Amino acid sequence: MELKGKKVIALGERDGIPGTSIADCLKTAGAEVVLTLTQCYV
Amino acid sequence: MDLEDQSLIQRIAEEHGSDVVVVLGQPDADSAEITAETVHNGDPTWAGPLAGVPLRLPVYHILEDEVKGQIDPATYEAEVGLMVLTLDRERILEGLNRVRNSA
Repeated sequence: MELKGKKVIALGERDGIPGTSIADCLKTAGAEVVLTLTQCYV
Repeated sequence: MDLEDQSLIQRIAEEHGSDVVVVLGQPDADSAEITAETVHNGDPTWAGPLAGVPLRLPVYHILEDEVKGQIDPATYEAEVGLMVLTLDRERILEGLNRVRNSA
């Protein structure tokens, strides 16, 4: 699977890797981040 | 997964079709598997708009080598590096593979 050129949903979690961190990483791979979410279960 | 989030994901999947990939950052096997199940086979709790809606989106975890290998190493280290030490990578990936192999 090549990330470059893909439209990516970054679906993170507050107690794991936040969506914003995933998005920042994926942008460096050439992916287009179309949605960033950070789930929170309390 | 939050019902509003399910709606957003459904809308994006419908707009962009086969170009869409989901990358997860869940901290344990159970949450990773349930989230992957929701975006791949449909909401397993039958509570949200993705109940009975198998989007079949390709789903990966940020800890997978296939994903990590495409990311700038310095950015990965800054954004993910510390969490790698605390997460049970093998069990998380087992959960993802169960979802992938279930379709």
